[in-house]
Amino acid sequence: MLKFVGKRLLMMIPVLLGISFVLFAIVEFTPGDPAQLILGEGATREEIEELREEMGLNDNFFVRYVRYVVDAVQGNFGTSYRTGKSVVDEVLPRFPVTLRLAFFGIAGAVIIGIPIGIISAVKQYSKLDMVCTITALTLTSIPTFWLGLMLMLLFALKLGWLPATNVENWTGYILPCVTLTAGTMAMILRMTRSTMLETIRQDYIRTARAKGASTRRIVFKHALRNALLPVITYVGMTFGIQLGGTVIIESVFSVPGMGSLMITSIRMKDSPVLMASVLLAAFCAGLVNLFVDILYSYIDPRIKSQYVKG
Amino acid sequence: MEKKKLLEIRNLHVQYKTDEAIVHAVNGVDLCVDEGETLGLVGETGAGKTTTALTIMGLLPERVGQVTEGELYLNGVDVIHAPEGQLKMMRGATASMIFQDPMTSLNPVIPVGDQILEVLELHKKDKMSHSEMEARVDQILEMVGIPAARKTEYPHQFSGGMKQRVVIAIALACEPLLLLADEPTTALDVTIQAQVLEMMRTLKKELNTAMVLITHDLGVVARICDRVGIMYAGEVVEIGTVEDIYTGEKHHPYTTGLFGAIPDLTKKTRRLNPIDGLMPDPTRLPSGCKFHDRCPHCMEICKTAPPQDITEGSHTIKCHLYDKEVQK
Ligand code: SF4
Repeated sequence: MLKFVGKRLLMMIPVLLGISFVLFAIVEFTPGDPAQLILGEGATREEIEELREEMGLNDNFFVRYVRYVVDAVQGNFGTSYRTGKSVVDEVLPRFPVTLRLAFFGIAGAVIIGIPIGIISAVKQYSKLDMVCTITALTLTSIPTFWLGLMLMLLFALKLGWLPATNVENWTGYILPCVTLTAGTMAMILRMTRSTMLETIRQDYIRTARAKGASTRRIVFKHALRNALLPVITYVGMTFGIQLGGTVIIESVFSVPGMGSLMITSIRMKDSPVLMASVLLAAFCAGLVNLFVDILYSYIDPRIKSQYVKG
Repeated sequence: MEKKKLLEIRNLHVQYKTDEAIVHAVNGVDLCVDEGETLGLVGETGAGKTTTALTIMGLLPERVGQVTEGELYLNGVDVIHAPEGQLKMMRGATASMIFQDPMTSLNPVIPVGDQILEVLELHKKDKMSHSEMEARVDQILEMVGIPAARKTEYPHQFSGGMKQRVVIAIALACEPLLLLADEPTTALDVTIQAQVLEMMRTLKKELNTAMVLITHDLGVVARICDRVGIMYAGEVVEIGTVEDIYTGEKHHPYTTGLFGAIPDLTKKTRRLNPIDGLMPDPTRLPSGCKFHDRCPHCMEICKTAPPQDITEGSHTIKCHLYDKEVQK
């Protein structure tokens, strides 16, 4: 198992290299001269040329890429064109904000979505099931930004219970997290319900019933682990994506997270910051994926035996 | 000495209600099984064999499957009207069921030993300590021909035949009075089939378990069963001892047809002799005798009046041909 984890970690290196190369190429082909950006509209041609030379922008594309990678490996991701601060200093304070948002968002979704999904499946066609399915369907259909705005209107403006935008202390996280949770929770609920329904129709569930097991025991001991596999994949994927920034929610609630940083850096052509944020997002997604795969192998022995073999 | 009746089914009717139609799966089945006896249930797919077995276990699919008429007593318990709690105690302890496909009937994420242990935990908790139960798991695994050391392995590490042995081990762990085996060997290779059947027969004798063996393999029935019931369209059309069925003179025309449908190696038949036609649609059963549109001996009365059971000693046939009143 350890070997498997090591192998997977090593495999992330070529992936990150690939992503950085593609990104570098895209940035290269987008119009806009960094030197011009830094110096502003008023700069003379000589000044710009001088800065370009100084930044090494006149070198060959590949030379610059290799230089970027070599620097990056040493922890130097360059300086932001926009603020002149080091990229690491730009990105690092943002990351915990997004991490908190994504973590509590997902945790809420899992804690509410999975149990309700299970109950819904076990009591299929009951009133409770109907209410849950309809609510879930509604929540998945509501656009996140609208839900965010409505929550903000109600709790921040009308009732004044919670701050609308400030994430200085924990109360500021409540509204963005709830908004984030709503959609994911609804998806998790629906997935849990459907995989659970599918699982309880399996032959081995019938075997368990033929043994005299109670419904409760069947659900928790026999069905749950089998039913949760696809849900775990979904949760992992969503969490991975959200770690890269929850763009819409961060914009609605003006949260200074990774998503808003990326948007700003794209808009300002701040390519060093953009590159670093995307690479960080990719790295997180990779880690989460690996974690999900490890979790998988603990749930399903068939997968574990594949890992150990492979 | 009169043997005790373990299972008694009288005039059982079971329907599956779906949105589109009502499926008449079982239409007036009468069956008895004595303690320690083996009854074979033979018939084509859809004859109601599995439904009958599921009803005995109280495991008809919820909401969809319903007993509409009849009585069913298992070891004195009225299964149809018993509360779920009582059925739970019965399942796995008084009666166990082995399902057709061993590939899917074991939980893929639980070691096989734990799956056997579970049935003991459910029923023997107050009688056995944990270590006794573990010992019993080892013992029962060895009984079905699996080294006890393999109990920590998962189902995917076993072959089909081995899996079915595990399933049998689960079914027999609590030494039930009745074992329902629903085509236990159909999904297995022919060579393995014989081994598994032989093992089931020995175990059943050792534990003095009664068995209902559902199959469409008449050869298997001849080897293992004491009595045989032939099912067609949700009815038992003929039932008797193995001798009655295999060597008797009189038969239900459907039974004759079934025997005609197995190739006989000793005789030089040119081709198989299957029964013409198909099983009737269980949502629209024919009037009178349900076999009449396929029966070579069909008479006028068969089309309107359902035949009664005609019993001679241990042998019962549901057919107008043997009804003295009709023949007059
Ligand atoms: S009752 Fe009539 S139709 Fe039915 S099996 Fe007997 S002879 Fe054939």
